[in-house]
Amino acid sequence: MGILEVKNVGKRFGGLQALGDVNLSIAENSVHAIIGPNGAGKSTLLNCLVGKLIPDTGSVMFDGQSVLGRKPYEINQMGISRVFQTPEIFGDLSVLENMMIPCFAKRDGAFGMNAIGAVMSQTDIIERAEHMLEEMKMADKRHMTASSMSRGDKRRLEIGMCLSQEPRLLLLDEPTAGMARADTNNTIDLLKQISDERDITIAIIEHDMHVVFSLAQRITVLAQGTPLVEDTPDNIKGHPKVREAYLGETQTAA
Amino acid sequence: MLGLKKTDATLLIVVTILTVFAPFILNPFPTSSAMAQFNAGYPDLMQRFIIFGIFAIGFNLLFGLTGYLSFGHAAFLGIGSYAVVWMYKLLDYNVLPGLVLAVIVSGIFALAIGFISLRRSGIYFSILTLAFAQMMFAISYSDLIGRFLGTTVTNGETGLQVYTSDPQILLSAGETAPHFLGLVEMRSTYTLDAGAWSFDFNAGYYFCVVFMLMAFYLAIRIFRSPFGLMLRAVKSNQQRMSYTGLNTKPYTLAVFVISGMYAGLAGGLLAAMDPLAGAERMQWTASGEVVLMTILGGAGTLIGPVLGAGFIKYFENIFSKINDNVLHQWFAFMPDGLEDFVVFVIHPFIGKGWHLTLGLMFMMVVIFLPGGLVEGGQRIGRIFRRKDRNSSDAELDAAKQRNTPPAE
Repeated sequence: MGILEVKNVGKRFGGLQALGDVNLSIAENSVHAIIGPNGAGKSTLLNCLVGKLIPDTGSVMFDGQSVLGRKPYEINQMGISRVFQTPEIFGDLSVLENMMIPCFAKRDGAFGMNAIGAVMSQTDIIERAEHMLEEMKMADKRHMTASSMSRGDKRRLEIGMCLSQEPRLLLLDEPTAGMARADTNNTIDLLKQISDERDITIAIIEHDMHVVFSLAQRITVLAQGTPLVEDTPDNIKGHPKVREAYLGETQTAA
Repeated sequence: MLGLKKTDATLLIVVTILTVFAPFILNPFPTSSAMAQFNAGYPDLMQRFIIFGIFAIGFNLLFGLTGYLSFGHAAFLGIGSYAVVWMYKLLDYNVLPGLVLAVIVSGIFALAIGFISLRRSGIYFSILTLAFAQMMFAISYSDLIGRFLGTTVTNGETGLQVYTSDPQILLSAGETAPHFLGLVEMRSTYTLDAGAWSFDFNAGYYFCVVFMLMAFYLAIRIFRSPFGLMLRAVKSNQQRMSYTGLNTKPYTLAVFVISGMYAGLAGGLLAAMDPLAGAERMQWTASGEVVLMTILGGAGTLIGPVLGAGFIKYFENIFSKINDNVLHQWFAFMPDGLEDFVVFVIHPFIGKGWHLTLGLMFMMVVIFLPGGLVEGGQRIGRIFRRKDRNSSDAELDAAKQRNTPPAE
């Protein structure tokens, strides 16, 4: 029994069957990658997991509880954090404030009405945020406006924000898309470190095979809305079906 | 001081001093001089500075922090006025019960309007609030509720006012004007003549000042609170907020209600100064005015909305007072033909045309000072400091403008 159990999930957009019949089990404390060519339904699947989309059929269970019909903020409070393809951070706020907001969400829940006490007097929150910034090696940037940072730093901050909530499942949607090689390698190292040091399950959607093969313990290949194979990275590498899905050999033959 | 950090405490003290000494500051010219028409230190105008300051502070809590542009805030202003006049009609001329009722009723209306309008964001939110305000204006203007009930609720286009036939169950003998607990009448004014100068100290003005300082203090606390931080997060990235486990709806609704209560208080104070309430107070032009005040002063800054309110109310009164005769006096030194020409050119911008002047000034501010008058002040301050500026300084400043807490 994995921490995340996806059973018979299907999603249709008008005439397009985006997800056919997806079954997926993600083991606790593993790094699980979902790969597949463009249009395979990777993002649709992810959106079904975090409450942005509601699947037409099937069930999604997180730690024995159904996530279907819950709002994104409720699913997050259950312990699922999501990192976006383009870093989603609070661009107008300082780096420290960015880090404080998830700490507030962790402490006070989905809504806390403290309109009188000063932010600066919330020492537990500040300590926690500062600690997380240290861990992300961003302490020197704490007073920068978040939007003025490089893309790699924004990604780092976003991951740090997710981690500060101590989620049990971290979902990453193409975390290295559009990144320079050096930034990509930094992100890989960061994710490796996170997975080694913490009790956390990581599910990652990725195009970049270098990232996938250096991180994942299990890989699911998705094509045309259905899982093609699920196996270890070594077995996936030479798998004929995977080559077929990526290179479209049968299509050219037909 | 009062749980504020140093810069905020300083700001509060400066505002306190400016408002307390406003009767002096706004009357710098001797009463008989030609410049006397630029004096703004008469009670009616000073009260408006303060009341619209409160209105704009409240509006800025919503717009400046969350970015939700309400285009119907005048509805709450009108509700506040009606509530106070109704308390005059039922009880007596004491302003306190009315003000309490004004804040409560406008809060209830804000809760209902906000609950529906906040389902949408951006332009759709603005349109929804505008629609609600215009409906309420229409209902008040033709007193639809009153007609339905067969009585008077808003008294239609005449406006709600106190009649001798009203119950006024607490009225004591000789009570004819709004007062505070029977201690002092709002209209009572002490005039200090100092040589060629004359200064008016009006009870109603200082009554409003007390409320404005409380409102301003509360706004500072909200700005610096975790709640305020969440509101700025709403403006910055709602998607990240909900994927961080935060429900944005109650945050925006709470600030919408608070903001509506500020507007209700402002409307109540308008009726506390002058015991009348008319439907035109709810019209969309009044809603637009507070948007202008906030943007002109600097949305999202603490002092900006107050400056904007003062600026607009000052020019509304002063420019609309200037007429052709005054212009002819000013330009009398010119040859006749030239004088007539200059007066002809300036004529459209004064008197009833003051809106044209306001429009031009608004354009200038938005184009050259997107941060409003506050940004203008900061730029001037920067010139005086004449500091070598490197990029990290610029970042610090940018952070300051967004009210980021400074280094510990």
